[in-house]
Amino acid sequence: MNSRITRGIFAMLLLPFPASASLGGDVTSVQTDQAKMQGSLRTSSNNSYTIHEIQASTGVAVREYVSPAGKVFAVTWQGPFHPDLRQLLGTYFDQFAQAEQAQRSQRRGHGPVLIQQAGLVVQISGHLRSFLGKAYVPQMLPAGVHAEDIR
Amino acid sequence: MKRVRLQKFLYLSLAVALAATAGCSGTSNGSNTGGGGGGGSTANVQAITVNTGPTAAPPLNSPYINGAFTSVTVCAPGSTTACQTIGGILVDTGSPGLRILSSALTISLPQQTASNGDPVVECLPFVDGITWGPVQTADMTIAGEQAKSLPIQVIGSSNFSTIPNACTSFGAPEDDLSTLGANGILGVGLAAQDCGTACTVSGPSNPGLYFACPVAGCELTTQSTTQSLSNQVQNPIVLFPKDNNGVIIELPSVTGAETSVSGSMIFGIGTQTNNGLGSATVYTIDPSSGNFTTVFNNVTYQDNSFLDSGSNALYFDSNTLNIPICNDATFWYCPTTTLSLSATNQGFGNGASGTINFTVGNADTLTANLNDGVANGLAGPNPGMFDWGLPFFFGRTVYTAIEGQNTPGGAGPYWAY
Repeated sequence: MNSRITRGIFAMLLLPFPASASLGGDVTSVQTDQAKMQGSLRTSSNNSYTIHEIQASTGVAVREYVSPAGKVFAVTWQGPFHPDLRQLLGTYFDQFAQAEQAQRSQRRGHGPVLIQQAGLVVQISGHLRSFLGKAYVPQMLPAGVHAEDIR
Repeated sequence: MKRVRLQKFLYLSLAVALAATAGCSGTSNGSNTGGGGGGGSTANVQAITVNTGPTAAPPLNSPYINGAFTSVTVCAPGSTTACQTIGGILVDTGSPGLRILSSALTISLPQQTASNGDPVVECLPFVDGITWGPVQTADMTIAGEQAKSLPIQVIGSSNFSTIPNACTSFGAPEDDLSTLGANGILGVGLAAQDCGTACTVSGPSNPGLYFACPVAGCELTTQSTTQSLSNQVQNPIVLFPKDNNGVIIELPSVTGAETSVSGSMIFGIGTQTNNGLGSATVYTIDPSSGNFTTVFNNVTYQDNSFLDSGSNALYFDSNTLNIPICNDATFWYCPTTTLSLSATNQGFGNGASGTINFTVGNADTLTANLNDGVANGLAGPNPGMFDWGLPFFFGRTVYTAIEGQNTPGGAGPYWAY
């Protein structure tokens, strides 16, 4: 893959860009960037949603699930490190970070993250060099879409 | 075998003593490390204790469950007097490197500096949060083994209290006793360094774990820098002059919940009379991910399963079994009766395959008595991956062979049990 394109994808992922491309935001900026990158973003669609898959040069693959209304209702990631969760979770990041820290003491030890709140679900598995994550806003799931569809 | 049994007995008494200290301040300047005087083949055996750990004592009163704790001695490099033995250190086969809470460290260690002279500070992403703090150098001694000039992470140093956004974007900080749950973490996992080659190159492929901060501290906007392999926080075992190819964790069988159990951490694989592979089966691992494969309930976790003494339960998705989640703890299972289940682990490419029988108990019941620091059957959901946490190690002898190191069972990385 062209390294300039790779860098461009990375920049879009990890450097400040409009919060609208994060969880809960709208997809406009992603679509603009996608058009510029001409297919370096892989996109697939069904009747219920569109998936934008971005491969970062750190080896982390991020998927953003976009509803027909153009809202990012879920994100997933997989790779050797965490992606920039502040960027990816957007306005939900602080809620996530507080819940993550609270769960560590409730769990009385270390383990995967499983945040199950009314307005936010975040699941993070794995260990250094192999992480797997998923976040979604239950109320934003399009009709007919279930949590199990997000993978 | 006889010898191992004898050692078990010998270290049981030591472990009992350790259990007492681990629950207190966790820090002492005594000589309570294993292998102090004996030498010979017992010098590679360190006592470990599964108990409620250093957070159980007031004022935290927050007992750990299923944490394997030990002690390490750190000295300023080259010194035999500027030394400290620290207990309440969590043994983690899921990460590499020694990390010690700044609050538990009473001696002064030299700071590692970047090429521009600025202190090097690390952000280490665990699954449930990050540790942040300066990279310093120590001579580490454990059970008669020594890693000289070992780069370690000092977590939560007041000199670097501002954590860059680039670090907290990986998760919430675990930078004090209450959030870390231990005085430190002894990472004796598969990897030789914590980041590896990814951190040695500049540019967007660098995951951003190492920072060069001014002496006055980092800023929120500070960006990461490169870090050579030898300067990275690394698996101390690799720096041992001998017994440096891996580690064995031995813990007794556990039924239900108990106050504490004692076991051993034995350094080296096939290097001494007490650390041979014996009848253990070698399961090779995907070296890039550190995973192998588990098949459970007709679901294959291909290259998505791992052994991890640093996880405090078995974490896996019960999918069609629909094991009930606890009402007050969404991260644990609460079946009405204890379930007996099985799964199959498969090596990465070496054809090894074996069945593991395990139980899932009611977590509310297992964790009801806060004095219990051990619970077999503690389990919880984990969509997408199979995490064989500490309960896997109960009643087993588990070998972790480090990447690139030769052993009688082949080169690491692998697990054997």
